Amino acid sequence: MGAKSMDNRKGIALVSRRKFLQLAGLSGGSLILGASLPGWQPAWASGLEADTKLNLFVSVDSDDTVSIICHRSEMGQGIRTGLPQVVADEMEAEWAKVKVVQGLGDKRYGSQNTDGSRSVRRFYDTMRKMGASARTMLEEAAAQRWSVPVAECEARAHRVHHKPSGKSASFGELAELAATQKVPDDASLKLKPAESFKYIGKPVPTYDTPDMVTGKAVFGQDVVIDNMLIASIERAPVLGSKLEKLDDKAAKKITGVIAVERLDGGIEPPLFHPLSGVAVLATNTWATMQGRKALKLSWSDTPHAQHDSASFIETLKQRVSEPGKVITQHGDAQKALEAADKRLQATYSAPYLAHATMEPVSATALAKEDGCEIWACVQDPQSVQAHVGTALGLPAEKIKVNVTLLGGGFGRKSKPDFVVEAALLSKKTGRPVKVVWSREDDIHHDYYHAASAAFFEAGLDKDGKVSSWLQRTAFPSIGGTFAPGADHPAPFELDLGFADMPFAIDNRQCETAQAEYHTRIGWLRSVSNIQNAFGVCSFADEVAHAAGSNPEEFLLELIGPDRKFDPSQGEYKYNNYGESQEKFPVDTARLKEVLRRTAAKADLSSVANGRSSGEGWGIAVHRSFLSYVGIATKVRVQNGKLEILEMHCVCDVGLAVNPDRVESQMEGAMVFGLSLALMGEIKMEKGAVSNSNFHDYPLLRIQQCPAMSVEIIASEEPPAGVGEPGVPPVAPSITNAIFAASGTRIRDLPINRHLTLA
Amino acid sequence: MELTVNGEKHQIDADENMPLLWALRDLLQLTGTKFGCGAGLCGACTVHADGMAIRACLTPVKAVAGQQITTIEGLSSAGDHPLQEAWIKHNVPQCGYCQAGQIMTAAAFLEKNPSPSEADINQAMSGNLCRCGTYPRIKAAIKDAAASHPGKGDEINGGEVNG
Repeated sequence: MGAKSMDNRKGIALVSRRKFLQLAGLSGGSLILGASLPGWQPAWASGLEADTKLNLFVSVDSDDTVSIICHRSEMGQGIRTGLPQVVADEMEAEWAKVKVVQGLGDKRYGSQNTDGSRSVRRFYDTMRKMGASARTMLEEAAAQRWSVPVAECEARAHRVHHKPSGKSASFGELAELAATQKVPDDASLKLKPAESFKYIGKPVPTYDTPDMVTGKAVFGQDVVIDNMLIASIERAPVLGSKLEKLDDKAAKKITGVIAVERLDGGIEPPLFHPLSGVAVLATNTWATMQGRKALKLSWSDTPHAQHDSASFIETLKQRVSEPGKVITQHGDAQKALEAADKRLQATYSAPYLAHATMEPVSATALAKEDGCEIWACVQDPQSVQAHVGTALGLPAEKIKVNVTLLGGGFGRKSKPDFVVEAALLSKKTGRPVKVVWSREDDIHHDYYHAASAAFFEAGLDKDGKVSSWLQRTAFPSIGGTFAPGADHPAPFELDLGFADMPFAIDNRQCETAQAEYHTRIGWLRSVSNIQNAFGVCSFADEVAHAAGSNPEEFLLELIGPDRKFDPSQGEYKYNNYGESQEKFPVDTARLKEVLRRTAAKADLSSVANGRSSGEGWGIAVHRSFLSYVGIATKVRVQNGKLEILEMHCVCDVGLAVNPDRVESQMEGAMVFGLSLALMGEIKMEKGAVSNSNFHDYPLLRIQQCPAMSVEIIASEEPPAGVGEPGVPPVAPSITNAIFAASGTRIRDLPINRHLTLA
Repeated sequence: MELTVNGEKHQIDADENMPLLWALRDLLQLTGTKFGCGAGLCGACTVHADGMAIRACLTPVKAVAGQQITTIEGLSSAGDHPLQEAWIKHNVPQCGYCQAGQIMTAAAFLEKNPSPSEADINQAMSGNLCRCGTYPRIKAAIKDAAASHPGKGDEINGGEVNG
C-alpha cells in the first residue's frame, strides 16, 4: 500500500558468539517454545540494545557460521534465500556456512511490509552494502591482526588472505576482532563488479527446502507455546454486523473447552479490526471446533445485508456504460470516436476473489500487562506491532513479533486482523492463545479482491488504425477498508495497469465509475492489475481481430515507437510502484521485446486466418511491479469443453537475483492466474459469502495444469518485481486463445461460467 | 487410546472421534502434518496408515488404532527418502505448506506404482492442492524419483505390480 519510506541502513553489526547469545536472549524469558519445533530459528534482532548503534543483518560466529538476518517474510517467493544470497556474495561468505535468521518486527530494519513485489527491488542495494561492509570489517580485522596495510588483505571464500605473504585466516577466527572495527560509511564501500558475483544471478537452492520436505518447517498454524489455549471464532457473516444474542451453555460442556469469549466488532471502516465474534477456547483444536458448533447466536442486521454479488456486477456493468469521472485525457477521444470509420465496444467483468492460502491464517499471542509477544504468519510484523499495540493500549515497541514461515500469503497475511484477535483473547484469558482459522473462516472472512466491470470503446479509421480509445472502470476501492466514503477506484489502483496503459493512441481517455464497498476489500497478488490487464489485453485482441490483423503486429503498432513515458497527466500522478521513473521507467522497448518473444512461443497465424481446428493460441503482455511479462497460451475448445494445452511465460524482471526462484514465481503466477481465470469466483448473497471450502471455491489441480515454460530475458537493469507481475496477463491470454480456437469471446470471468473445464 | 506413529507407541487421552490430524498436531506435537481444509479436499494432512495414504483430517483416531501411522517426520530417518531428495533436487516447494502432504501421497503411490505414467501421476496427485503452483515441479520430481529408484516398490511389495 504505497509505503514509500525505506530506511537505508548504513551500519552493520558483527558480534561474537558470546555476544550473539546474549543479544539473542536465548537464556532469558519465561516462554519456551515447544520441543517439537526443531525448525524454529531464534529471532534475535530486538535483543540488541539501542546504544550499540549497530544494525544486525550480519553476524559471524567463531565457528565460521555467518548468520544473516532476513527481515522480510517468507511466503514461498524465496526471500529467505534471495536477500541473504546477496549479502553472502558481497561479503565473500560461503553459502554452506550461512545461517538465515528471521528478523523480528523492528522498524530499524526499514519496511518489512512484504507486499507489492518489493523485497528485492527495495533491499538489493542495501543488502549489497551490508555484505560489503562486513567484508571490509573482516579485512580490516585481518590487517590489524597481521599489522599489514588493509589494501593487502582480501576476503575470498570465507577467509581473508594476505596477498603478499599468502597467509590467511578464516572469518570465524577474525570474528571477534572484526566486531571491534569501525563500521565503514556507505561512500567508502567497494561493491563487487558483476563479473565477480558468485551467488547473485545464480540459482542458489532455497534455504528452507530441507525443512519443508521433512516436516520441520514451522508455520503460523504450527506454533506451540506451553500452556496455550486454542481458539476458534464464530464471526459475523456480514460486514458491520454485531453479536445480538449468545447462548454458550452447550459449548461450555464440551470436554476440553475452557472459556467462551466475545470479541467486539462490527466497526466501519473495517481496517484491521477483528470482526464481531464469539471465541471458543479449548485445550485442543478439535474441542474448540466442537464447542463452536454448539454455540447458539444471532447477529444484528446491517445495510450490507442487501449485498448480492451477481446483481452488484450487473450494476457495475451498467454504471461503466455511462460517462464517468475523467482521470486522464489525451486528444479528444469522444470526437475521434464520432469521426471513426468503425467503432467497437466491449464490457468486461470479474468477480470477487479470495486469497485461499494453503495455510489458513493463524496467530499466537501472549499478552501481559506491559507487553505482548506474538508468533504468527504475517507479511508485515511492524503493522502487527502497530495494530496489536492499539488494541491492547500499548506502544508498538512493546509488541514483540516473531514471524514464522507463511503457508502462502498473496496479500492476505498483511492484514493483521487475526493477530489482533489472538492478542485480545490472550489478554482476556491471561494465557497464551493460538487463534486457528479454518478453511471456512478463511473463505468467509477474507479481505476480498474487488469485483469489477470495465467498459472499452475504440474507433478505427478507414485504414484500420486505432484513432480513439476510451476505457472506464468500476470496482470497490481498497480505500473503503481504511476510510469512509470511498466509492470510486482510487488513483493508486489505476496505476496498476489502467491509467498507465501503454498504447500510443492520439485520442484516449481513462475514466472511473461509482462502486461502493459492502465487504472488506483487500489486495491480492497483483491487485487491480488483474481486472485492468484482463480488460486492456482482451480489448486490444478484440480490436486486432476487428482490424483483421495478427495480434502481435497489431500490438506492436499499438504500443508504438520505443519510448519511456510518464503516464501522469493533470491531477493524476502516476506512482510507479513507489519507485522513480528514472530508475524504473515505463519502457515500451522492453514491453515490445517481451511481446515479440511471447509471440514467438505461439502460432498466431491461425488467429489471423480464421479458426476451425478447435485449437488456438492467445497472447497477452503487461507491465506491472516494474517488470514486463508476456504469456502465450494454447487451448482446445470442443463441444463446449475447454482444455489448456500449453502455457509459456516470457519475463523481463531486470536482474534476476535468483533465476530459479524467478522461474518458480512465474510458474506459480501461471497457476494462480489459471485458478482465477478458469474458476475463481466468490459469491455473496444477502451480504454473506456463500462459498465455504475448496469444493465451491476450487483451485487448479495438478491434472488441469498445462505444460509450462518460463523464459527470463537476461538484463542488467535493476531488479524489479517478481512475485506478482506474472499473474495479470494470464487470464486475457486464455480468453484470447479461446477466441482464436472457437470464436467465442469470454468477457465475464470466470471462464467456467461459459465452458466446461476438462 | 494407543496410537502407533512413526514406529513409536503413544498413549493419548482423546475423544475417539477426534480426527487423527488433531491428535498428531495438538497431542503429539507432530506439526509436519498440515491443516488445510478439514474436509478431505486439499490433501495437506496426508499421512500413511499401514502404508496407505489417508487424509488425517477426516480419519477419527479410533479408525486407525492398531495401525502403523507414518507422518512426514517418520517417512525417512534422515530426510533421504527418494522423493525428499527429488524434491530438493528440483527445488519443488515455494511456501512449503502443502508439500508434506504432496510427498506422503506420492510416497504411498510410488510404492504401488514404481514406474508411473504422466496420467498415473496426475490421477494419484489430483487430491493434493498447491496454491503456489508447484505442480510442474512435483511432476518432475516424482518422475525423477521413480526413474532413479526403479523397482523399489517391487521390493517392498514383494514384486507385486499394482498400477
